[in-house]
Amino acid sequence: MKEYLSPVARNLPPSGIRKFFDLVSTMKNVISLGVGEPDFVTPWTVRESGIFSLEQGKTMYTSNSGLIELRNELSYHIAHDMGIEYAPEDEILITVGASEAVDLAMRALLSHGDAVLIPDPAYVSYAPCATLAGAEVNYVPTHAEDGFRLRVADLEKAYTPNSKLLVLSYPNNPTGAIMTHEDYLPIARFVAEHDLIVLSDEIYSDLTYEGTHTAFASLPGMRDRTLHISGFSKSYAMTGWRIGYAAGNTDFIQAMTRIHQYTMLCAPITAQFAALEALRSAGKAMAEMVATYDRRRRLMVHGFQKMGLQCFEPLGAFYVFPNISATGLNSEEFAEQLLQEEKVAVVPGTAFGPSGEGHIRCSYAYSTEQLQEALKRMERFVHNRI
Amino acid sequence: MFSNEDRNLLELISQDSRQTPEQLAIQTGLSIGYIENRIQQWVEDRIIIYRPLVNWERTGDQYVSALIEVRVIPQRGFGFDRIAKRLQKFPEIKAVYLMSGGFDLTLMIEGKTMQEVALFVAEKLAPLEHIQSTATHFVLRRYKQDGVELMGEEEALARLVVSP
Repeated sequence: MKEYLSPVARNLPPSGIRKFFDLVSTMKNVISLGVGEPDFVTPWTVRESGIFSLEQGKTMYTSNSGLIELRNELSYHIAHDMGIEYAPEDEILITVGASEAVDLAMRALLSHGDAVLIPDPAYVSYAPCATLAGAEVNYVPTHAEDGFRLRVADLEKAYTPNSKLLVLSYPNNPTGAIMTHEDYLPIARFVAEHDLIVLSDEIYSDLTYEGTHTAFASLPGMRDRTLHISGFSKSYAMTGWRIGYAAGNTDFIQAMTRIHQYTMLCAPITAQFAALEALRSAGKAMAEMVATYDRRRRLMVHGFQKMGLQCFEPLGAFYVFPNISATGLNSEEFAEQLLQEEKVAVVPGTAFGPSGEGHIRCSYAYSTEQLQEALKRMERFVHNRI
Repeated sequence: MFSNEDRNLLELISQDSRQTPEQLAIQTGLSIGYIENRIQQWVEDRIIIYRPLVNWERTGDQYVSALIEVRVIPQRGFGFDRIAKRLQKFPEIKAVYLMSGGFDLTLMIEGKTMQEVALFVAEKLAPLEHIQSTATHFVLRRYKQDGVELMGEEEALARLVVSP
């Protein structure tokens, strides 16, 4: 029946992660460092308020934009934490995870003939969403020796006259790289000079381990050119609730809201009440989770350096992205052989784009015991090859 | 005042006291020497007291525990301290707290059987001088102690093995 599929759907490639997922699923006793979600359960106060909203019978649709209380609270938090003012009435949209916000943004902004600049390596959804919106994708390579930061020199090479949208995603999945205010300044100048729009996915912003997170929209002149996208999944361990948001100028947000109203109607009300509680009372629980990630991060970097692999220090998210080329293997070979021999699952860097070659992504959203065991097995594996 | 570094270190030890100074150093960025000094000091100051939390109910042995409310006649010049110090000597008594409210001391008592605990209260505790009355509440089940959920969390739905 494939002939009935649209050419777009037919040609949409399966995620590189999916292939590896299928392989791991067939094996037993695997320690997986392949998971891109927190190992914590949502803080109890947040779960409890979701339950309470159900007990009160709050089971109906909300407004398309989301509960105004939640938008008010978000507006306050974004202003307080990142210094950007968004009007809760028409500049914030509550979405079904940050993923929906990315899809809506691409559909609202892109059409045939447009091109999107995506840093490489990057989270797996941006390019397919751009393709579904009819746009072309141009990758902007980032480099390990530069801490995987985005540089104007690379942007200039990837830029074409059709480029319309630049995707930013820092702290970065899969590399753990962050961009500081100073790193962003030349990018902002480039964006203004070339009249680009920016989709900044800042879902990992709370997981920043040195200094404070810089929101791209807070840079001079960038607020109205930027769609600020984030969510609750990583900060508050709420992946399964599917709740996120987009903030930006009225024209962008209203266009996204129109698409959202026809395709999604609204984000789940239970998740919206839980998210509201997260913002109001789960700050301490989040800080504890962040402190725990930070300890594990040090453990992982130390572990890889000890086994003789180059591993730049990731300052955000919950991934390390060590260079495994010293083993003489490429990313896929390394991941497959490691899985077969030592039963440790990691994700080949190439699943996130061609610049991921020579690297593997290891999540440290696992207990210290699991991480230590995984490091021990990997050390044995690497030792036999260096 | 505790520094943030020290609080972080202590938090890490309280989660798993079996970690070596080297493991702690890797995770905190502090030096091994500093950590060893700190731990030694904290042990001396009784900020850290190493004892495993034993979940006796799980051993299958006979085990009961009870919370006892005690009313005490305070002694002139000593208040409640003298009687409390005397009570804490009994090995059966695992905890002694001075309380605000309708009674004075709370004791936590452990024994093999209810009868053993009842006998201890009747023969050793209640007849003590200055003790006015006792009320014994047996613990039927312990769900959480010292921040640890003893029954274990409900089986969490497994995460996907690989996800983006």
